[in-house]
Amino acid sequence: MAESKTTITVSVNGTEHTCQVAPRTLLVDLIRDDLRLTGTHIGCEEGICGACTVTVDGELVKSCLFLAVQADGKDVTTVEGLTPKCGTSRLQESFRGNFALQCGFCTSGMVVAADALLRENPDPSEQEIKEHLVGNLCRCTGYLSIIDAVRAAANQEVTS
Amino acid sequence: MTATQETSTEPAREIGRDRRRKEDQRLITGRTRWTDNITLPGMLHMAMVRSPFAHATITAIDTTEAAAAPNVVAVYTGKDLDESAGVLINAWPITPDQVTPAHPPLPTDRVSFAGEVVAVVVARSAAEARDAAELVDVDYEELPAALDLKEAAADTVLAHPDLGTNKSALWVFDSQEAGTGGDVEEAIAKARESGVVVEREFRQQRLIPAFMEPRSVVVDPTGEQMTMWSATQIPHIVRFALAATTGVPESKIRVIAPDVGGGFGGKLQVTPEEWMAWWVARQLMKPVKYTETRSESLMAAHHGRDQWQKITLAAEKDGTVTGLKVELLADLGSHVAIVGGGVPVLGAFMFNSIYKFPAYHFACQTVLTNKAWTDAYRGAGRPEATFAIERIMDELALELGREPLELREQNWIRHDEFPFTTVAGLEYDSGNYEEATRKAKESFGYDALRAEQQQRRESGDPVQLGIGISTFTEMCGLAPSRVLGSLDYGAGGWEHASVRMLATGKVEIVTGASAHGQGHETAFSQIVADRLGVPFEDVEVLHGDTQIASKGLDTYGSRSLVVGGEALVKATDKVIEKAKPIAAHLLEADVSDIEFSAGRFSVKGTDQGLAMAEVALATFAAHNLPDGVEPSLDSDATYDPINFNYPHGTHLCAMEVDTETGQVKMRKYTCVDDIGNVINPLIVAGQMHGGLAQGIAQALFEEAVYDDAGTLVSASFVDYLVPTAADLISFDVGHNSTPSLTNTLGTKGVGEAGTIASTPAVVNAVLDAIRQFGVTDITMPCTPERVWRAIQDGTAGAKDPTTGAAAAHFDPATDGAGQSNIADGTEGAGQ
Repeated sequence: MAESKTTITVSVNGTEHTCQVAPRTLLVDLIRDDLRLTGTHIGCEEGICGACTVTVDGELVKSCLFLAVQADGKDVTTVEGLTPKCGTSRLQESFRGNFALQCGFCTSGMVVAADALLRENPDPSEQEIKEHLVGNLCRCTGYLSIIDAVRAAANQEVTS
Repeated sequence: MTATQETSTEPAREIGRDRRRKEDQRLITGRTRWTDNITLPGMLHMAMVRSPFAHATITAIDTTEAAAAPNVVAVYTGKDLDESAGVLINAWPITPDQVTPAHPPLPTDRVSFAGEVVAVVVARSAAEARDAAELVDVDYEELPAALDLKEAAADTVLAHPDLGTNKSALWVFDSQEAGTGGDVEEAIAKARESGVVVEREFRQQRLIPAFMEPRSVVVDPTGEQMTMWSATQIPHIVRFALAATTGVPESKIRVIAPDVGGGFGGKLQVTPEEWMAWWVARQLMKPVKYTETRSESLMAAHHGRDQWQKITLAAEKDGTVTGLKVELLADLGSHVAIVGGGVPVLGAFMFNSIYKFPAYHFACQTVLTNKAWTDAYRGAGRPEATFAIERIMDELALELGREPLELREQNWIRHDEFPFTTVAGLEYDSGNYEEATRKAKESFGYDALRAEQQQRRESGDPVQLGIGISTFTEMCGLAPSRVLGSLDYGAGGWEHASVRMLATGKVEIVTGASAHGQGHETAFSQIVADRLGVPFEDVEVLHGDTQIASKGLDTYGSRSLVVGGEALVKATDKVIEKAKPIAAHLLEADVSDIEFSAGRFSVKGTDQGLAMAEVALATFAAHNLPDGVEPSLDSDATYDPINFNYPHGTHLCAMEVDTETGQVKMRKYTCVDDIGNVINPLIVAGQMHGGLAQGIAQALFEEAVYDDAGTLVSASFVDYLVPTAADLISFDVGHNSTPSLTNTLGTKGVGEAGTIASTPAVVNAVLDAIRQFGVTDITMPCTPERVWRAIQDGTAGAKDPTTGAAAAHFDPATDGAGQSNIADGTEGAGQ
């Protein structure tokens, strides 16, 4: 027996989508499977690793802990939405310049989380950056280069 | 052309430049292809039914309800499998009589760890497959489980009752038997009379590699070649193992490792999930996909470490070491994984480390238990060895009242003694431990920190300071095939590379190494750009697909650059040699007069010459080639290393310990590593930082914890503490370079160095802060609770502050005169 579906309207990266979703569908599954925006990743499905981080109406959200129906009528932004049509954003460029990624699996979530920080706080301290990023795990870098990337994007001197 | 002009036309050297990675444009924008991103027409999804019991008989499996659930296509149990399902291989039986449990993808009658797959549900969506998996009704009869490693080694409870023992293999190296050194028992006996014997037992806790991308597999059976995409480090080995065990000809199998999100050894495996996806796709003749959840990953992807280490060190009273005896118990888990038994053997040659032990004995008993199987995790055998030797060198310093760095220096191989053949039979080609240590001490501010430590002790500061040392080495660049053969490993250790010269002057290079975050595309481009004199941007690196990179042995053991890079150098040199007669012909010169430099073939003593791109185009056109010369510059090379290489370094760590709460805080971490010549300093820094983070995490945060029933309690990232940005400090990373003599580029491996070196530095530092309270060891991870308890118990004068570990493993009544009573260990190192 098929699950009952709900119709929602959600704007993702500025494009409005009307979708039929099951009540239990997670936002991350809507983004990845229905909209085929695969820049958002699933790393833990329990809200710890942050690979699925997006913003909903500008607020950071772990899209693995957020139902698609909760996004009805809201604006969702993923890493694709933060990427200019040509090239990369200043923050993304800073990630590359500071080698803030290795395998890259956590990177989309890191970029979304760091972008949200810099919008709220254009000149964060190192401690503020660290505290802001505790919801995003990286197993490759040891974080120093990620912190440097955020600092450099905020026009701060970097440590390495 | 004058020499000056030649210099001016020389392109900027790529090797040594901090090139930004080619890989990153896609990764920072999310334009990637992880296996889980792949969707194929008609694709079905699998979900696994896993055992909740560590050890139980399967008495019945009822799949009726699951099979009838919406959009379920099939449900399979172990009884449905036939020979074409294959088996999961152990590629390294470490002894001829190794006890190896059969390892089919699904068991039929008995489960042997909590998390083992017992049934597979196939449905049209992943959610429906997972829903139906809940409906599979499995009846179990619980059996007693072998969980504790020491008890398992005593065969108290059997992990596999049919095998009659848990003891899988006993692997022994003895320097006297091997002719590489003396008799360790004699050295110990002598030290008991007139020297000092230090005996300790250390615990290597169980760890989980915890790569960020969960494992995922897609199989497409619809082409002439069946294709498997897998989040694996080892596409070539997976292909071989599928062919060897499922009856499908190797030529009909294509394995692709697309973008792979980290591995750290954890994706060096052949898995039940891959084998089931392969079999199910062939049964249904439709594409199938399986992606694990994080809990499944933590529970059932292989674990690492998990050893008890009995270490006996003999020395003269002046501190000169005379013998080392190592007795290990290593937990294999429920099965002998692909190289599971071999991991401790990789450590066997490294316990003696950089020190000139004249006698050495190593024995490792591998043991089966009812836990997840263990295998490679970053460092694989070498972190275990480094931890034990660096911990016990500190213990020796304590026994003798010596400064621990000076004691190390007294015993290590001096820079003028290389090449040096160790007591384990390896020839270390290069190194300079004095210089690395000098640089590290200076950058660390060693003397000032020692002074502060003293001051805090004297003032009774509630926050005490400890300084930890690790002067490590490792063997990497796995591996000379003959050595692997002598160790009964099932394959070789060579690597393959191809260089294809395209008509337009661009270059495609194909490597058998398979990157999952290492930056091969960038580093290999730098090597080829320099060698061929072409722009960095003109080089494309192809890898990770057996249809493109048909030969390879993949990525692990810090091998990609030192073995794969050397193969690339040799293939590139062949291209140049093939181009020379063509260039000579076109320039109407004798081939002996042709020189190649900076991408240009020129005629000696003239200004005539042709660029590599011009020769490539002329070769493509093939209008005017010398007689009998084939119209191709493309070249292959397969390189088998002649030796390992031996990165080393000095790591110094300062830890602050709050003696009232047990809280530990890293104050400073300095390392000076010698990894030979550096191709890309940015990538090296990244490997060092990430490696340090993982080694420090072993010391302070991470542990795979099972409860008394054999259930993994740390089966989520809430409980398995991968460090966050807030948990780590900025590391002070420096280098000293003595080029390796075992490869053309003079490089040494770097992928595992930070992880191997850092764990003992941190633990030594924590201990150094609190030894004054009678603490002799702390079991890892050094959590605040453990540290606090150690301080409390130590203060109270307890003999053994942390249960089981650090106890002298000989009966005190029979101890020799040389051994002091460790319970009275009130002398802090450096006092």
